[in-house]
Amino acid sequence: MTTDVIVQDSHDEHHDDSHEHGKMTGIKRWLYTTNHKDIGTLYLWFAFIMFLTGGAMAMVIRAELFQPGLQLVEPDFFNQLTTVHGLIMVFGAIMPAFTGFANWMLPMMLGAPDMALPRMNNWSFWILPFAFAILLGSFFMESGAPNFGWTFYAPLSTTYSNGSTAFFVFAVHIMGISSIMGAINIVVTIMNMRAPGMTYMKMPLFVWTFFITAYLLIAVMPVLAGVVTMLLTDTYFGTSFFDAAGGGDPVLFQHIFWFFGHPEVYIMILPAFGIVSTIIPTFSRKRLFGYTSMVYATSSIAFLSFIVWAHHMFTTGMPLFGELFFMYCTMLIAVPTGVKVFNWVATMWRGSLTFETPMLFSIAFVILFTIGGFSGLMLAMTPVDFQYHDTYFVVAHFHYVLVTGSLFSIYAGAYYWLPKWTGHMYNDTLSKWHFWCSLISVNLLFFPMHFLGLAGMPRRIPDYALQFADFNKWVSIGGFAFGLSQLIFLVVVIKCIRGGEKAPAKPWDGAIGLEWTVASPAPYHTFSTPPPQADIDQADQHEH
Amino acid sequence: MSTDDRKNDSQHGSKAKLAPDKNNDGSSASANNTKTVKKLLLVVVAMFGFGFALVPLYDVFCDITGLNGKTNSTAVDYTATGIDESRTITVQFITRNAKGIPWQFEPVINEITVHPGEIKVVSFYAKNNSQHDIIGQAVPSVSPGLAANYFHKIECFCFTQQPLKSLEDVEMTLQFYVDLDLPKDINTLTLSYTLYDITEKSS
Repeated sequence: MTTDVIVQDSHDEHHDDSHEHGKMTGIKRWLYTTNHKDIGTLYLWFAFIMFLTGGAMAMVIRAELFQPGLQLVEPDFFNQLTTVHGLIMVFGAIMPAFTGFANWMLPMMLGAPDMALPRMNNWSFWILPFAFAILLGSFFMESGAPNFGWTFYAPLSTTYSNGSTAFFVFAVHIMGISSIMGAINIVVTIMNMRAPGMTYMKMPLFVWTFFITAYLLIAVMPVLAGVVTMLLTDTYFGTSFFDAAGGGDPVLFQHIFWFFGHPEVYIMILPAFGIVSTIIPTFSRKRLFGYTSMVYATSSIAFLSFIVWAHHMFTTGMPLFGELFFMYCTMLIAVPTGVKVFNWVATMWRGSLTFETPMLFSIAFVILFTIGGFSGLMLAMTPVDFQYHDTYFVVAHFHYVLVTGSLFSIYAGAYYWLPKWTGHMYNDTLSKWHFWCSLISVNLLFFPMHFLGLAGMPRRIPDYALQFADFNKWVSIGGFAFGLSQLIFLVVVIKCIRGGEKAPAKPWDGAIGLEWTVASPAPYHTFSTPPPQADIDQADQHEH
Repeated sequence: MSTDDRKNDSQHGSKAKLAPDKNNDGSSASANNTKTVKKLLLVVVAMFGFGFALVPLYDVFCDITGLNGKTNSTAVDYTATGIDESRTITVQFITRNAKGIPWQFEPVINEITVHPGEIKVVSFYAKNNSQHDIIGQAVPSVSPGLAANYFHKIECFCFTQQPLKSLEDVEMTLQFYVDLDLPKDINTLTLSYTLYDITEKSS
C-alpha cells in the first residue's frame, strides 16, 4: 500500500552545498527576505506571538469570570479585552499561521522553486506587525482599545464608540491588504507554478484547501475593507450608512459584515481540513479515502458559505421565509462536512494506525471539530437559536471549531512538518504532554460553556448571576491549564530548533508528498529544477 | 490552463521529461503571473465595490419586499378605490427617543381603528425641554415588517426635519391610510417613531 519515495534526488544534493547562497545575515535576512521558507517562518512565529498575546487576554477574562462580581477589571476594559482577544486570534493568530503553512509547504508540495510573487510576499508579511501595533497600541491611548466586540456592530462602533474606531479601521485595512496579497500569491502560485505533470487533480488536498481558501479571501476581504470604510465615514465624516437618523440602517451593517464574516469562518477551517487530510493517511498508512469527493466537498462548503450569512441574524426580525431559507442552507453545509468526517474515519478504517503526536492532534481534531459542528447545527435551527443567541453556547460552539478545530490542526501540522523545517525530531515526551494537557484542559474549558449557555448566561458580560458560579470556576481552571499547556509547545519548538535527534528526509514511513523528497532540514532553495514525474505520481493522494 | 496541463500530463509518460515547460520558464512565467494577478486584482476591486453596492441593493430589496418595516419616505397620493368596511384594523402608535435627545415626544392618541382605504389624521406632540435649539428627525418603522408596504403616508412630519427652539413645543400631524390589499392575517399594525438629534449633522 505504501511505497517508498526515492529520497534525496540528485538535484537536491546538488543544492545542498549551495543552500546558504543568497542568504543575508542578521536582521536584514528577515527584513529583506523573499524566500518562501523564511517568510513562512516569520508568519508562524508572528502567529504564535499573537496567539500568546490574545491568550494572555483570555487569561484575564477567565480570571475576572472565576467568580461572580467584579474583581479585577472594569467592565469597559473587559469589553476591550474580549474585543481584541477575538480580533487577535482571528486575524493575528489563526490566519497568519495558515499563511505560514502555505508559504512553507505550497512550493515544496507543488515542486516549485518559490512562491510566484516573492517580493509581494515580503510585503504581505511585513505590513502585518504594523497593523497589530496599531490595534494593540490603542490600549495605551486615552480612549482605550476597541470595546465593541470583534464583530464591531454599528452603532456600537460608530455612535457609541469610545474613540478607537479610527485605529481599529486602519488596523483592519492593513490586515485585509496583507491577507489579500497573501491570497493572490497563493492562487498565482498554484495556477502557474505547479511542476510539469502535476495536474489540478494530482495536487495534494492540502494545496486544494489553500487554493479554495485563497479564493474566499479574495472575494470577501474587500467586502470587509468596504464595511470598515463605511464605519469610518459614518463615525468621522457624517455619512449615514448605518445611522437611522440620517436614513441608514444598522441592520444593513450586520448583513454586510456577515457576508464577509461567514466565509471568513471557512477561511479559518478549510486549511485545517487540508492539514488533517495530509496527516491522517500518513499515520494510517493508507491513501486518503475519497480524494475527489474531498475536493468537491471543500468547494461546496466554500460556495455555501456565501448564502448562509443571515443565520447570525435570526433575532433581528427577519420574515419567516428568510429564516427558513437561511436555516436550510446552513443545515445543508452539514452534508459536505459530513462527507469529510466520513472520509477521515474511512481513511483510518483498517489502517495500520500509530499515534505519533501529529496523529493524536488530528484524531482529536476530527472528534472535537465534529462536536463543534453539531452545536453549529443546533444553532442553525431558527427556533432554538432564539434561546442560544448571544449566550455562552455560541462561545462554546465557535471555540470548539476554532480551538480544537483550527488550532489543533495547526499543532498537528507543526509537529508533522517540524522535522522538515528544523532538521530535528521534536521531543516526543514533551509533545505528548502538550497534547494530553491541551486535550483535557480544553474540554474542561469549553464543554461546560454549553451548559452555561443553555442555562442563559450571556456572552461578553464581566459579571454573572450566582447560579453560574460553579461551572465558571471550572471553566476558568480549564482556561488557565490550557493557557499554561501551550507554553510546553513553545519549549518543544525551541528545543527542536536548537537540536535533537537528526531527522531523516522522510521521518514518517507512511508519508507521501514531494516535500519528503528533499532533505531535512529543507535546503534554502528547493526544486530549482522540477521534480521527476515519478515523484509526482508517488505524491498523488488518490487511492490506487 | 487546465487543458494545457492535461496535455503536459499526457506528454510526460513514465519517463519524466525535465525540460521546463512554459510554467517554469522565466520570462513567460512572469508574464503569466502578471496576467493572473491582474485578473485577481479586478476581483478584489469588484468585491470592494460590491460591498458598497449592497447599500442601495439592500434598500431596493427591502422596498420591494417590505422586509425591514421601512415605510415610504416621501408623500404618496391617495389611490385606494374605496373603503373596505368589512375589515377593521387597529393602528398603534409608539414613540421612542434615541440616546441624548431631551425632547418630550409622544402620540396624542395611542391607537386608532381604521378601515382599509379610509384616510385618518393623527397628531404627535413634541417639546424641546432643553436650553438649546435642537433639530430632530423622526424615523418611522412598521411592525409586522411585511405590512410596511401597505401603510401609506399622505402627509407626515417624518418627511422633514423638526427644528425646535429651546422650550418650544409643536403638534405634528400624520395623515395615512391602510391599503385595501393588506394581507388578511394582519389585524394590528404598530407604527413606531424613533426621534434622533440631528443638529450636528444638519449644521
